[in-house]
Amino acid sequence: MKPRKKKSKRKLIAAAIFLLALHLAILLAGFVAPCPPAEQNRDFPYVPPTRVHFVDARGHLHLRPFVYPSAPRLDRLYEYTEARDQEYPVHFFVAASEYKIAGWLPSHTHLFGVDTPAQIFLAGTDNYGRDQFSRILYGGQISLAAGLLATGISLFFGVLVGCISGFYAGWIDESAMRVAELFLVLPWLYVLLAVRAFLPLHISAAQTFLLLVAVIGTIGWARPARLVRGIVLSARSRKYVTASRGFGASDAYILRCHVLPHTYGTLLTQAALLVPQYVIAEVTLSFFGLGLSEPMPSWGNLLANLQQYNVLVSYWWMFAPALVLVLVSLGYLTVANAFHQRLQSGSIE
Amino acid sequence: MRRLGSLALFLLASIDSVALSAAPQPPQHGEELQITANEVGHYGGVLTVGQRSEPKTLNPATAADAPSREVIGRLTADLIHINRASQLTEPALAKSWTVSKDGRVFTVNLRHGLRFSDGQPFDADDVVFSFELYLDEKLHSPQRDLLVVGGKPIAVEKLNPFTVRFTLAEPYAAAERIFDSLAMMPRHLLEKSYQEGKFAQSWTLNTSPAELAGMGPFRLKQYVPGQKIVLERNPYFWKADRNKNRLPYLDELVFLFVGNEDAQVLRFQAGDTDIISRLSAENYSVLSKDASSRGIQLFDLGPSLEYNFLVFNLNDLAAKNLGEIAARQAWFGNLKFRQAISSAIDRDGIVKLVYAGRGAALWGNVSPSNKLWVDQSLPHPSRSVDRARDLLKSAGFSWKGENQLVDAQGRPVEFSIITSTSNAQRTKMATIIQDDLSKLGMNVHIVPLEFRAVIDRVFQTYDYEASIMALGGGDADPNPEINVWLSSGGTHLWHLGETKPATEWESQIDQLMQKQMVQLNYKERKKLYDQVQEVITANLPYVFLATPDILVGAKNNLANFKPAILEPTTLWNVEELYFLGGTGPPSGAKQ
Repeated sequence: MKPRKKKSKRKLIAAAIFLLALHLAILLAGFVAPCPPAEQNRDFPYVPPTRVHFVDARGHLHLRPFVYPSAPRLDRLYEYTEARDQEYPVHFFVAASEYKIAGWLPSHTHLFGVDTPAQIFLAGTDNYGRDQFSRILYGGQISLAAGLLATGISLFFGVLVGCISGFYAGWIDESAMRVAELFLVLPWLYVLLAVRAFLPLHISAAQTFLLLVAVIGTIGWARPARLVRGIVLSARSRKYVTASRGFGASDAYILRCHVLPHTYGTLLTQAALLVPQYVIAEVTLSFFGLGLSEPMPSWGNLLANLQQYNVLVSYWWMFAPALVLVLVSLGYLTVANAFHQRLQSGSIE
Repeated sequence: MRRLGSLALFLLASIDSVALSAAPQPPQHGEELQITANEVGHYGGVLTVGQRSEPKTLNPATAADAPSREVIGRLTADLIHINRASQLTEPALAKSWTVSKDGRVFTVNLRHGLRFSDGQPFDADDVVFSFELYLDEKLHSPQRDLLVVGGKPIAVEKLNPFTVRFTLAEPYAAAERIFDSLAMMPRHLLEKSYQEGKFAQSWTLNTSPAELAGMGPFRLKQYVPGQKIVLERNPYFWKADRNKNRLPYLDELVFLFVGNEDAQVLRFQAGDTDIISRLSAENYSVLSKDASSRGIQLFDLGPSLEYNFLVFNLNDLAAKNLGEIAARQAWFGNLKFRQAISSAIDRDGIVKLVYAGRGAALWGNVSPSNKLWVDQSLPHPSRSVDRARDLLKSAGFSWKGENQLVDAQGRPVEFSIITSTSNAQRTKMATIIQDDLSKLGMNVHIVPLEFRAVIDRVFQTYDYEASIMALGGGDADPNPEINVWLSSGGTHLWHLGETKPATEWESQIDQLMQKQMVQLNYKERKKLYDQVQEVITANLPYVFLATPDILVGAKNNLANFKPAILEPTTLWNVEELYFLGGTGPPSGAKQ
């Protein structure tokens, strides 16, 4: 058992570091991204990812990485060659377009950049010549925030209903759990589509986002509620609960001090499971055009480009958001798995 | 016995489906066939075409949707036809026609000895019957509007079994063009249902092929719901090549229902279909990568006749509860505001990014490929954000804070553009325009809506601020555009339902359009229509954007393929198409 445990711990640390780094990069998207997300470079549609070189065309090694500018090919549209006449070194901490750190502190400093006329598109550009790398970072703000917020909403309602239901039992428990079952059997994708269709269309991006999050979050409360209820149900019949009740403790005190702590492990595992699920829910809605509209990026919007056959077969770098999405999901699931294992071994011991 | 009988029937049926399509009938004595100029081909072969959706009906007088008309057009024929390649009229079922001096009376002489696809003769009674159907107000035929000239329906009279006289209430320029695509229908099959008041329900997709006959190159063979519609050769078709081989060469024409454009491209790439039309530029470039190895040929026919435009809602909203939109109409109604927007839009960027360079920027409603009617002197001002800013400044707008445009009352300039989700290209245009206008400090939202919802908002509820739409593309002549430009017209989109022209320039357009409609001299008419185009570009009821090229493809071994920019772009000469290395018997119908 031991080496396996060690391995899972290493996995947990790797996943946690990856997730932390990614969330930080996304939070500081303005700093990490070289371009504003909506900036169109109309001369550079569908540029493949810019290659970062260390060795130049003459075979010389450079310590500082550099790029060659992309030059549109005259004979074929949307195809590019590297203009290898001059190297453009990658500079760090450069001043460029203004952005706000975490939506509040204005700044001009970007992590990296190159001098014009060269451009650095680490993940290529889309149809409008917008930098995909920047859009993935900014899009992550929307998609991850949606996932995290919706998870918060789900867990809040889950704990609330689960506690009341498990603690008071009886008809309250019966009716709450029947409602929860109803929510569990709902085909959530269709419900989301239906709910979104009822919402007004002329609303601002922020409102759309909040509505989306609220809808996704409220639909998902049933599973955590059932889990919490089970734990509360078993905890409330423990002897120390009866004892503290005997000492005159109020329901709230018992719940807070004796019952709820039992649910923390499960809640953490649930959170790690729900975040990627809700990120994907946001992606799905945006993919179907029901999420945020242009020019705001979200991972779902970015992936929606792949609905077009020509994009699917011609521009492989348009899959980049999918890769990030897979990595994020894997990261969260690894964390969830590790939590789960610890929880189980803890309860056995 | 009964079982034996059904077995025999079953056998008969299977023999029938194995048997080849009806062989072309040898020319009869006294039959006035039209001799075509095409290259002589072979008989045989099945041509398969992908269609995005199923036709709704096969009834020529009620069909309004493009897929239905595409199929019906192959099953039926008209009296006078617009040649899609030359864009000029030519005789079809009519052998010839004469026009009276005042341009009001058309005497049409029909070809003798022609037969419908069920072998029954065709004559003037069928013509009179067909026009009776088109003009019947109760049937709401979409063709009816065209046949009402000067407020009165065209009068149709049979002079003898092969001569029909059409009388118009007032002279009408290029009147012979209205006969195009008006399918002649068989009286012997439809009169009964018409008299019983059931005509609108006849000739549906489920009608048995025996009850459906037309004058087109093909006739109905089979309809498989959700899959395909199969047409077979009309053995009595009235055209022959110069070797007296009765057309069409093809045995069968199959329309496969494939869904969307991407599915169409995949089926064409896989070789399941022989022709693809209405290709987008991106898919054109996907196909062109391996065109030669797949044995396909692609054609870029140049700009289409359609025009895409941005339109602002200038409807009278007094009766509607749309206060917010009504308040913004003060901007939309300001000519300088519209001019500023037109000046800020990067049309070349639209052509490059939306049409992958296969299209043309537009500054007026007439496409540059419409050589006969486009006003070459119209200005093509290049994009200028500075000029746009000057225009806005002179109209009382100013900027606040970080480049936020505000009007004279200090309200920030913000509006939404609705587009149809079914058209990715127009949504892309909206995204480009959104970015262009953000440089002027305008805050533009894009609202993609389902197609019907867009139509409903634009035509019925007026609950929108701006929209990107497309019109035109039907014919090169100005007359079909009348509905768009007359202030009372049904597609006068920016301000529907005007009882009298709302502005000076709209009444000017009304007068000019009406004058050109009755002007029979081309040069005079062109002058009038040039003036119409000038008034339109000066006042910008629509901000014209761009027009895509017509892009089509076909298999290499398809001969006589001559795609044209007018609809139907690829199948207009389907009777002349044949496959090289033909599979059928050698050319020349044996006498």
